Amino acid sequence: MSEKELGKKLDRCLADSAVKLGAGLGLGIVFSVVFFKRHTWPVAFGLGMGLGMAYTNCQNDLRAPYLIQRNIKMAS
Amino acid sequence: MLRVCLKGANSAARKCLCGNGVPLHPLQQCRSYTSGGSGSSAGKIVAASVLTMGGGVGGTILYANWDPKFRANVEKSIPYSDQVFGLALGPAAPPPVINKPRKVEPVQISSMSEVWKDSKQPKAKEVQRKAEQPDAEGPPAPAPQETLEEASAQVAQILSAIGEVPSVPAPGTHEAEAVPPPAALKGVPAAAAKCTECEHEPAVKERPEGEVAARLAEQDKAEQDLLTSLSSNLEDALGSTAKVTLQAIGAQEAALQAIAQHTRQLREAMEAEAPPDKKSTQWRVLEDALSERSRSVDEAGAAVLKAKAELDKLRGVIDGAKHLKIAAARPSILAAEENLHSMVVDLDSVVTRVQTAQSEAKIVSQYSELVNEAKAQFQKELNSITPEIQANWKGLTGKLTQDDLNSLIAHAHRRIDQLNRELAEQRVREQIHIDSALEQQKLEDKKALEVAISTALEHNREQMRLEQEKKVEETREVMEAEMRTQLRRQAAAHTDHLRDVLKVQEQELRSEAEEILNSSLMEKETEYRRLTQDQLDSFTLDMNAAYARLKGMEEAIDSHVIAEEEARKAHQLWLSVEALNYTLKTAALNDPTEPLEGAVQAIKESCAEDEFAQALATALPSESLSRGVYSEASLRARFYTIRQLARRVALIDETRNSLYQYFLSYLQAMLLFEKAQEAPPAKLSAEDLDTFKLLSYAAYSLEHGDLELAAKLVNQLKGESRRVAQDWLKEARLTLETKQVVSLLSAYANAVGLGTTMAP
Repeated sequence: MSEKELGKKLDRCLADSAVKLGAGLGLGIVFSVVFFKRHTWPVAFGLGMGLGMAYTNCQNDLRAPYLIQRNIKMAS
Repeated sequence: MLRVCLKGANSAARKCLCGNGVPLHPLQQCRSYTSGGSGSSAGKIVAASVLTMGGGVGGTILYANWDPKFRANVEKSIPYSDQVFGLALGPAAPPPVINKPRKVEPVQISSMSEVWKDSKQPKAKEVQRKAEQPDAEGPPAPAPQETLEEASAQVAQILSAIGEVPSVPAPGTHEAEAVPPPAALKGVPAAAAKCTECEHEPAVKERPEGEVAARLAEQDKAEQDLLTSLSSNLEDALGSTAKVTLQAIGAQEAALQAIAQHTRQLREAMEAEAPPDKKSTQWRVLEDALSERSRSVDEAGAAVLKAKAELDKLRGVIDGAKHLKIAAARPSILAAEENLHSMVVDLDSVVTRVQTAQSEAKIVSQYSELVNEAKAQFQKELNSITPEIQANWKGLTGKLTQDDLNSLIAHAHRRIDQLNRELAEQRVREQIHIDSALEQQKLEDKKALEVAISTALEHNREQMRLEQEKKVEETREVMEAEMRTQLRRQAAAHTDHLRDVLKVQEQELRSEAEEILNSSLMEKETEYRRLTQDQLDSFTLDMNAAYARLKGMEEAIDSHVIAEEEARKAHQLWLSVEALNYTLKTAALNDPTEPLEGAVQAIKESCAEDEFAQALATALPSESLSRGVYSEASLRARFYTIRQLARRVALIDETRNSLYQYFLSYLQAMLLFEKAQEAPPAKLSAEDLDTFKLLSYAAYSLEHGDLELAAKLVNQLKGESRRVAQDWLKEARLTLETKQVVSLLSAYANAVGLGTTMAP
C-alpha cells in the first residue's frame, strides 16, 4: 500500500525525531552536565543536533525514492 | 450499316436545318437530297460489289472450263456449284481410265523375252479385253490363237533346241518340265512385281501362262510324235538300207571272192600241168567256179541295185526329214546321212573292187583263153604229129621213142621257130597293140579317172558337207550348251533373287503379321483391362458411394456428438465463467476476492482445447489468480484516502521534496478547495493535469462507476501524489484487467453457448 508509506515514513520521522531529540537532549544534558558545567547550550546543542538529525533523516527518508542510485532501479 | 449512315446523315442534316429555322418542307427536300447523296455513294458501292461478284463467278466458271480438277474441287467444296457448272459448261468429262494390265512385266529373261512377249501379248490382249470392255471382240480372238500357235511352235522349237539331244522323247518331258517352271518363275516375279500395283494381276497373268504352257506342251507332244515317227522312219529306212547295203556288200564280197577264186583256179588250171582226169575235174571245178562267179556277180549286181534303190529311198526320207526342219532330228538326220554316205562309199569301193577283180578276171580269162587256144593248137599240132599222145604229156618221158622224140623235138623246134616268128610279129604288133591298148587304156583310164574323180569328189563333197554339218551341229550344240549354262546361270540368279525377295517378303509379311498380331493382342488386352477397370471402377464407385454415405452418417453423428460436446463444453465454460464472476463478487469491502485461481483452473479445464479461452485464462494477471482482486467498491472507498493523501503531497516531486515542501504542500491542501467531483472533459488539456483537478475528475468518474477513466486520470498524477496512488493504481489496473478478461470470457462463453445452441 503505497498510500500508507507516507504515514509510515512520517511515523518513522516522528519516532526518529523523538529519539533524536531525546538522544540529543540526553547527550546534551550529559555533556552539559559532564563536560560543560550544566550549561544549557550543550542541551540546546544536543537538542538542535538531535532535531537537525531528525529533520535530515526525515527529509532523507522522504526523499529516498527520488535519489538516483547507481545499481538500484527507481523506487516504485 | 448503310441505314446507320443514312440516319446519321439525316440527323446531321436535320440539325443543321433545324438550327437554321427552316420549315419542314425543305427538310423533306433536304432529306431526299441527303438520301440521294448517300444513295449515289451507296449505288456506287452496290455497283462495285455486283461487278466484283460477277467477275469472280465468271472467272471461276472460265477457269473451271479450262481445268477440270479445279472444277471438281469447286464442285466438292461449294454445294450446288455443280449445277451451275452444268448449266454453264455442260457435264464434266469422265476421268480417263488407266490401263494397268497393258503393261508387260519388266522381270523377264532376255533370251525368252521375245518368245514370252509373243506368247503373252495375245494373252495380255485377252486380259485387256476381259478387264476393260466386256463387249465381244470375236475377230481378234482367232488371230491371237493363230499367232499363239505359231509362237508356241517357235517356242517349242527353241525349247526343243534347248532340250537334251540324244534321247528324243526325253526333250518332250524335259521341255514340258522346263516350260512350267519358267512359267511359274515368270508368274512369281510377275506377281511380286505387280502385286503392289494391282492385286488382280497375278491371278490374271498366271492363267495365260498356264494355257500357253499347256498349248506348248500339246505342240511339243505333237512335235514329239512327229519326231518319233520321223526318227522311226529314219531308223527303219536306215536299218533297211543298211541291211540291204550290207547284203549288197556281202554279195559283192562274195562275188569278189568268187571271182578271185575263179581266177586263181583258172590260173592254177592254166599253169598247173595236171593229169587229164584232174584237169577235167579242174576244168569242172573251174566251170563251177565260173558259174558261181557269174551267179555271185549277178547277185551282187542285183544287190547293188537294190541297195542303190534303198539308198535313194533313204536319201529321199532324209530329205523329207530335212524339209520338216525339226532340229532334234538333225543329228539323227546327220547320222543317217553319214551312214548313207559311208554305205555309199563302201558300196562304191566294193563295186570298184569287184570291177577290178572282174577286169583282172577278164584278163586272166583272156589269158587263159589264149593259153587254152595255144594249148589246143599245140595239142592239135601235137596230135597231128603224134596222135598217140594224149593230153597229159608230162609223164610220157618213159613211153616215147626216139623218133617220136625227134619228131617231137622237130615239132618243138618248128613250134619254137613259129613262136619266135610269132613273137617277132607279136613284138612288132606289140608296140602298136600296146600303143592302141595304151590309148584305149588312157581313154578308159581317163574315163575311169573321171568317174573315180567324180565319185571321189562327190564323196568328198558329201564328206565335207557332212563334216560341215557335223561341225555346225557341234557348234550348235556347244552354243546350245553355253546358252543352257547361261540360262541356267540366269535362272540360278533369278532363283537367288527370288529367294532373297521371298525372304525379304517373308520377313516383311512376318513382321507385319506379328505387328498386326501384337496390335490386336494389345487391343484385346487393353479392351480387357478397360473392361475390368470399368468393372472395378464401378464397383469402387459403389463402394465409395456407400462408404461416403456411411462416412456421412458417421460424420453427421460425430458432428452431432461434437456439437453436443461443444455445447457441453460451452456450457461448462459458461458455468466456469459464471463461477469466476461469482468469485469476483465475493470481494468484501477492503478485502480482495478469493483467489481466482480455482475458477481459472476450472475454466482452463473446461476449455482445454479452446485457444481463445486459454489465452484469456492465461491473460489474467497472476496476482489476481493468487491473491484475488479488489472490488470496485473497495477501490472506490480506498480512493478517498488516496485522494486525501495525494492532495496533501501535491507539491512534492523530484525537485521539491524537502520537509519544508511537505509542509507547504500540506498547507496547500488545507487551503485549496476544489470540487469534490468534476466531470472530466473529453480531452485533457495541459491545465487539467493539475493534481486536484485530476483527483476531482477521478472521483467523479469513480462515482459514476468508470474505474477505468479514474485509473487513467490517476495515472496522470505526478510526483509524490503518483507514488502515493501507485498501489491503488496497481490494484485498479488488476481489477480492471481481471474484469476485462472475465467479461471477455463470459462474452465468449455466451457466444459459444449461443453458437452451440444455434447449431443444428
